[in-house]
Amino acid sequence: MIEIKDHQKALLVLGCPQVPTQTAAAMYLAYKLKNTGIIPVIAANPAARMLMKYADPEKHYIDELHDLDRMIGDLVERRQNFSLCFVFVHNDSGLSYAASMNIILNGGIVIPVIFGKEIESLKEGINFDCSVISGRAEHNPKPLINAMESGIKWDV
Amino acid sequence: MGCLEKLPYEVIQRNSSFKEAREYVEKNIKEYYEVPPGYKIFDVYIIGVPPIKVGIDGDSVIFPYTKPCHGTFLVRVKEAHDEIKRLRKK
Repeated sequence: MIEIKDHQKALLVLGCPQVPTQTAAAMYLAYKLKNTGIIPVIAANPAARMLMKYADPEKHYIDELHDLDRMIGDLVERRQNFSLCFVFVHNDSGLSYAASMNIILNGGIVIPVIFGKEIESLKEGINFDCSVISGRAEHNPKPLINAMESGIKWDV
Repeated sequence: MGCLEKLPYEVIQRNSSFKEAREYVEKNIKEYYEVPPGYKIFDVYIIGVPPIKVGIDGDSVIFPYTKPCHGTFLVRVKEAHDEIKRLRKK
């Protein structure tokens, strides 16, 4: 069970939005984090960002949406810092982002959130020590939501 | 910030896995250096699974460029004298 209660904010790094599950699962994770008192901050490419923006137009769950490239630059140059980061992974690029965040956050906890069809091979591609949330979810987010519910300690 | 489009680049390999891009550099480029994720080259921060290999070929640098939707591109940028100096100093 992953403990997250000691963090004030969490970075959610989204991948390509071609797998429909991502938006719903990221929104749900943001909702759960916010209920736990952790501020969710999204970093994503323009399409994934717009999906999040219009899924929560009144910003009930997500306060901050950032451009992914700009956020990477801000983290490297130490203009931003996070001790907790979830990276959504459903393809090879996601593995690159997860591995990179593990180095760039320099001691921060990085939790890959693995979903889609190929979760076993993607899990094998994680090459750093971490806890992983995973669910075989492509269109229906429920398996991934279940993994978030059972894999993370949500007690307030 | 972070936009490859601003550079005069040519694509060596497109839509590959990060591992394939690394292997291309190892097999085809004689001089290459390891850099950490987040290494800044021009105005791009390199994303990838360590070890990340950046090659030098004549006056060109060859490096992987990863985007969420399109996988990894291996790109060549010519006349990269300052970046080559920086890599060799590492």
